[in-house]
Amino acid sequence: MTVKSTARARKKAAPGVPDNLRAGSGSAPELVQLLTPEGDRVEHPDFPLTATPEELRGLYRDLVLVRRFDAEATSLQRQGELGLWASLLGQEAAQVGSGRAMRPGDYAFPTYREHGVAWCRDVDPLNLLGMFRGVNHGGWDPNEKNFHLYTIVIGAQALHATGYAMGITKDGADDAVIAYFGDGASSQGDVNEAFTFASVYNSPVVFFCQNNQWAISEPTTTQTRIPLYRRASGFGFPGVRVDGNDVLACLAVTRWALDHARSGNGPVLIEAFTYRMGAHTTSDDPTRYRLTEETEAWKAKDPILRLKAHLDKEGLADEAFFAEVEAASEALGLRVREGVRSMPDPDPTLIFDHVYAEPHAQVAEDRAEYIAYAASFEGGEHH
Amino acid sequence: MAGQLSIAKALNEALRKSLESDPKTVLMGEDIGKLGGVFRITDGLQKDFGEGRVIDTPLAESGIMGTAIGLALRGYRPVVEIQFDGFVYPAFDQIVSQLAKMHARSLGHVKMPVTVRIPYAGGIGAVEHHSESHEAYFAHTAGLKVVTPSNAHDAHWMLRQAIASDDPVIFLEPKRRYWDKGEVGDAADLPLHSARIVRPGADATLIAYGPMVKVCQEAAAAAEEDGRSLEVVDLRSLSPVDFAALEESVKRTGRGIVVHEAPVFLGMGAELAARLTERCFYHLEAPILRVGGYYAPYPPSRVEEAFLPDLDRVLDAVDRALAY
Ligand SMILES: Cc1ncc(C[n+]2csc(CCOP(=O)(O)OP(=O)(O)O)c2C)c(N)n1
Repeated sequence: MTVKSTARARKKAAPGVPDNLRAGSGSAPELVQLLTPEGDRVEHPDFPLTATPEELRGLYRDLVLVRRFDAEATSLQRQGELGLWASLLGQEAAQVGSGRAMRPGDYAFPTYREHGVAWCRDVDPLNLLGMFRGVNHGGWDPNEKNFHLYTIVIGAQALHATGYAMGITKDGADDAVIAYFGDGASSQGDVNEAFTFASVYNSPVVFFCQNNQWAISEPTTTQTRIPLYRRASGFGFPGVRVDGNDVLACLAVTRWALDHARSGNGPVLIEAFTYRMGAHTTSDDPTRYRLTEETEAWKAKDPILRLKAHLDKEGLADEAFFAEVEAASEALGLRVREGVRSMPDPDPTLIFDHVYAEPHAQVAEDRAEYIAYAASFEGGEHH
Repeated sequence: MAGQLSIAKALNEALRKSLESDPKTVLMGEDIGKLGGVFRITDGLQKDFGEGRVIDTPLAESGIMGTAIGLALRGYRPVVEIQFDGFVYPAFDQIVSQLAKMHARSLGHVKMPVTVRIPYAGGIGAVEHHSESHEAYFAHTAGLKVVTPSNAHDAHWMLRQAIASDDPVIFLEPKRRYWDKGEVGDAADLPLHSARIVRPGADATLIAYGPMVKVCQEAAAAAEEDGRSLEVVDLRSLSPVDFAALEESVKRTGRGIVVHEAPVFLGMGAELAARLTERCFYHLEAPILRVGGYYAPYPPSRVEEAFLPDLDRVLDAVDRALAY
């Protein structure tokens, strides 16, 4: 599965930068892999995994449905139904693998792209779209499914996750936390401060970095000159690099890391080595900064095709199964489409509704002013 | 260079000219190289000036700001791009605790010729953290200059003046006006700290800056149809404020209305209204009024119109001022 690094990526990397840092490479010996791009199972001594055919089919189903949801959201953005969309295309395995490794009591702190993790936490996909449609800033109750609100300020949630994990320790509970962030986010002070806190308080938090090779237009080499997973050792905890397009490896490594963390051994950093196949968001233009050859090379490592190849080779799923997944995917697409189109605009007084938990005189005054102003127009409507 | 340019292009040209005229000028920020910044304000500059002058930085705002301070100490003139208003807060400590105070702490020995460019304010239907008006935080901090242009000419010349300044300048770019075109003349006709009367009038003075100047000009045009003559003053500089110009106008019209996007409570308008009241009390026919955002976080985009001052809200305030 060695892939040539592209000419431009080579030029960008200064001498002495390890090959495995370059966008387009994925051949590092330390990469944990349990399923090859051709769909063959391989063993890893540290991360054994026994998955029943049913579990494998379940993972396949997750991957397909998550991709479908994402594709639907992208087209809804193009149709003007969403203001923006951050696609997870290419990162399904990293998200479903790590998401399915969690126990119900575990807690996830996402960025803005973790639609696949939300899926595994059973968060209604329509909840994720409100913020991208512009009707709310999140809106769901994080404690209902142990899935925190999306965080747009890069890296901030790594500290929230760590604090939550510190609370778990204080409670003597048997749970763990996952903090998601990107390779770009690894440069932020907040993320590095989270590493420090988690390490010194031995907190049960797994830092799950999806290295999708790019932070908008900047390659990973603009953020780091050592492989990201090795950062962990400087903070005093283990780091593992996993094939982020291999759902089985992501599942096994994350399950191990969560157990490690919940058993009182402290944090773990997982670097899921993957690739963002689409644009950063729908307002980004990746042709300005990366080559199509690079994207093409990563296509060959597609997380869904490789699991499909495995199911086919081993005869673990029949036509009826694939037809059922296809039908479920169609139904999900329809539900999302209709759900978004019928999502109402909020009443403008929403602006004032939840600014404080307790009554606040200034908000009350501004609210009254707004209502009086809106009522001064014919029919009481502002516009 | 004279001719019709968008504000975005006028800023791009200003950066180019500044890079050309002073080899110590360097640009720093996320995605400003190949991508040309998410708004393309730095488009083509890395290609022409190289990666050493137009520096793609790691994704770390405190890091960008802190290293810019170090570069300034070493004699460079950094121009920092913060990608969006809501992402300046990680750099806030470096800006208000370090950048703003270095000159005073060194009793004038150290200069901080750093320009911090921030696309700010709302009106583009963006998600959370992409529409903030945080000018009051910066203007409240002594040691910083805070400026914001409202048209292409000022965008060009104010940015060049900001970069040439030996003091740190927070340069706020009204992002929803990036694509507005205007004539860019070939000289700066005003010092950086000056306000400008963009429309003369007799009945009341509308005081605005950045994105709200256009709203006020439209309001003044609409009011003219009702036989009302409104003067519009573009503040341009929020620190220092050109109080002499404001005072002169308000004394003449007898009425002042400050318009900004940021919440009214403790915003720029509070300071302007208080000082103008102190200085123009016996000339005033009405209290200085304020029109602005509500005391609430910037709302989701589907209701931002209710939050943002528009022509109607400005005219409503004009009615109230004239009714005294
Ligand atoms: C503090 C902060 N700075 C800048 C941004 C603008 N921004 C949004 S996403 C992004 C790149 C993030 O890259 P990475 O962390 O690798 O995550 P990815 O989007 O690739 O998953 C940037 C610079 C932001 N949201 N927050």
